[in-house]
Amino acid sequence: MPPDATAMVQAKALVEVEDLARDFDVSKPWLFRVLQGERKRILKAVAGVSFDIPKGTTLSLVGESGCGKTTVARLVVGLYPPSRGRIRFDGVDMASLTSRAVAAPVRKRIQMIFQDPYASLNPRWRVRDIIAEPIRAFGLIRGRAAIEARVGELLSQVKLSPKDGEKYPHEFSGGQRQRISIARALSSTPEFLVCDEPTSALDVSVQAQILNLMKDLQRELGLTYLFISHNLAVVRHMSDRIGVMYLGRIVELAPGETLFARARHPYTRMLLDAIPDLEMTGRARTPVGGEVPSPIDPPPGCAFHPRCPLANARCKAEVPALRAVADAQVACHAVEEGRT
Amino acid sequence: MPLLEVKNLRVEFPTRRGTLVAVDDVSFHIDEGEVLGVVGESGAGKSITGVSIIRLIEPPGRIAGGQVLLNGRRIDNIPLEEMRRVRGKEIGAIFQDPLTTLNPLYTIGHQLVETMQTHLGIGDREARARAVRWLEDVGIPGAAQRIDAYPHQFSGGMRQRVVIALALCAEPRLVIADEPTTALDVSIQAQVIALLKRLCREHGTAIMLVTHDMGVIAETADRVAVMYAGRIAEIGPVREVVKHARHPYTDGLMGSIPSLTHKVERLTQIEGSMPRLTDIPRGCAFNPRCPKVFDRCRVDRPDLMKTDGPNLAACWLHAAPGRDEALGHAA
Ligand SMILES: Nc1ncnc2c1ncn2[C@@H]1O[C@H](COP(=O)(O)OP(=O)(O)OP(=O)(O)O)[C@@H](O)[C@H]1O
Ligand SMILES: Nc1ncnc2c1ncn2[C@@H]1O[C@H](COP(=O)(O)OP(=O)(O)OP(=O)(O)O)[C@@H](O)[C@H]1O
Ligand code: SF4
Ligand code: SF4
Ligand SMILES: [Mg+2]
Ligand SMILES: [Mg+2]
Repeated sequence: MPPDATAMVQAKALVEVEDLARDFDVSKPWLFRVLQGERKRILKAVAGVSFDIPKGTTLSLVGESGCGKTTVARLVVGLYPPSRGRIRFDGVDMASLTSRAVAAPVRKRIQMIFQDPYASLNPRWRVRDIIAEPIRAFGLIRGRAAIEARVGELLSQVKLSPKDGEKYPHEFSGGQRQRISIARALSSTPEFLVCDEPTSALDVSVQAQILNLMKDLQRELGLTYLFISHNLAVVRHMSDRIGVMYLGRIVELAPGETLFARARHPYTRMLLDAIPDLEMTGRARTPVGGEVPSPIDPPPGCAFHPRCPLANARCKAEVPALRAVADAQVACHAVEEGRT
Repeated sequence: MPLLEVKNLRVEFPTRRGTLVAVDDVSFHIDEGEVLGVVGESGAGKSITGVSIIRLIEPPGRIAGGQVLLNGRRIDNIPLEEMRRVRGKEIGAIFQDPLTTLNPLYTIGHQLVETMQTHLGIGDREARARAVRWLEDVGIPGAAQRIDAYPHQFSGGMRQRVVIALALCAEPRLVIADEPTTALDVSIQAQVIALLKRLCREHGTAIMLVTHDMGVIAETADRVAVMYAGRIAEIGPVREVVKHARHPYTDGLMGSIPSLTHKVERLTQIEGSMPRLTDIPRGCAFNPRCPKVFDRCRVDRPDLMKTDGPNLAACWLHAAPGRDEALGHAA
């Protein structure tokens, strides 16, 4: 193993995820199924992913829409029980947190910014109460005035005005609501923050402010992030390590610099080629060819084989395992066989 | 004649602390087969402009002035009943919030079929076949298998694509697309953009595309309008706006984009934040943040004016008489 890969393993991981999987039953209702003679349909949204996030670092997940990123995020913060696998937070197995009493001290160290900023804000609450909710729930600050001051500070940090605390969510634009949910997630000063497309509704100048804020907080407070975004430039800017997902699995996991300089997995390479061209050089962007397979009947072997230019007979039969290649991990037979 | 013409649109919200002007004297047009990109600061009024055109602005918000013409016919003053037909049939809307468009109680297929049957008068079988095709067109894998799924069974990006299919399936002449690709990864985004461009080319559909994604704008839009604090700050051909911005705000916006080719420790940001719409500063709304501000900016409000290129910009740097002096001042 190269020296810095060993260093990564030795650095204390705050979050350890091992062989995590989640199935959804998407069958038609039982009676209907019996009448139509249909079998049960299971959708494997996440099919066994493993990763560690060392304290104070950022791991990002990227991949096509529907590949399972949000499901991983929801599993990691405990919003869904896993179908299989294990999540450890600071050495504590999340599955052992069965009662409120043992769960609360761990839960308050973890927060999530949801992909859908509308659904996650209670429309009947004033913004200041939404933001103060984690502070009150965990009893972090006492006294009305102190809480109000903290809420005002948070609102300013996300470039809203402390006066905006008076208003209700529907009085804000899409990007403003997204910033409210960021302020709420930051209010309990969590150590681990799961961010699912946190800046997708923001214009680039506000996005830059929020990303800079997140990096500043990481530097000052040693925050750890699991970061999900489809914007590869944003991901590159934020991440120490990047995991590329395809149909419920991680197919490549590498330090950000490595991934952008030398993507190894054929899917990662396609993904990088599909980025829109802002320089307007006239370069035609190469869309990722082929059809995205359905997660209900994933192709056998490597799920990417119907779209992969390097696929051979082995790819159609055998699921490739994630193997170390220099400072990266790649799940691809062609890479393993040196056929690239 | 342009397909859509918006003239001096003004939208207000009465609030406890006085009237908030969310859209202030906004004018633009979109031709048949043309894509107008709309970008700008979060909260600048992009979505409100879009919903006002189709008159779905929620009270207490109201259109306080201006006109909206579709094919030369005013639609801002027709009865609501008639407007409902125009919406859907002639104008398709993709809202920023996909959940408000999708009904959680009905399957995806049901919602598509119903929309098409309302506006196209086609039979069940035909509608269902088309629904599957639309889902395929927006890149939902296993469309035939998943057409009977409920919205909550789809991922964020999948729901967004269903909303796109819903807006397009009645074959409208004008599509108002508010952040249609925010939740989509680059490859699906490319597919959706290709679909929109095909509609423009083959059916002459006109598109108002609101997005903060400059990559998408650069690739799709013919012209771009940049909004700031309820007004258009700059408007012009896409290449000019992206490459040779004439308004200092546009300039700052372009500079804030994270790069793929080199990593920097901190992203450039425009310092400060947009003023609250209830206390917009006197003169140019951008003046407290503008690196090129000069005296006049703090007194007079600039309207869109000619620049040395094809763009129009609302900035005193381009005012004909004082112009050289102002540019010299900045340099
Ligand atoms: N119901 C409301 N009551 C009061 N103010 C509102 C209401 N809805 C919107 N606004 C205000 O109108 C302004 C324009 O909102 P709009 O949604 O058009 O912004 P936007 O440009 O689409 O921003 P974003 O990029 O964040 O989506 C915002 O500053 C917002 O605070
Ligand atoms: N509650 C659910 N019931 C059934 N299927 C689900 C459910 N939640 C997610 N899925 C399915 O699991 C798969 C993964 O969804 P997920 O939301 O994790 O994707 P994602 O990678 O976050 O996509 P996006 O980029 O579009 O947000 C999708 O095919 C989705 O339809
Ligand atoms: S395992 Fe085979 S099909 Fe899969 S990515 Fe590698 S070469 Fe392609
Ligand atoms: S009018 Fe003045 S303050 Fe406004 S953008 Fe132009 S230079 Fe800046
Ligand atoms: Mg998601
Ligand atoms: Mg908006």
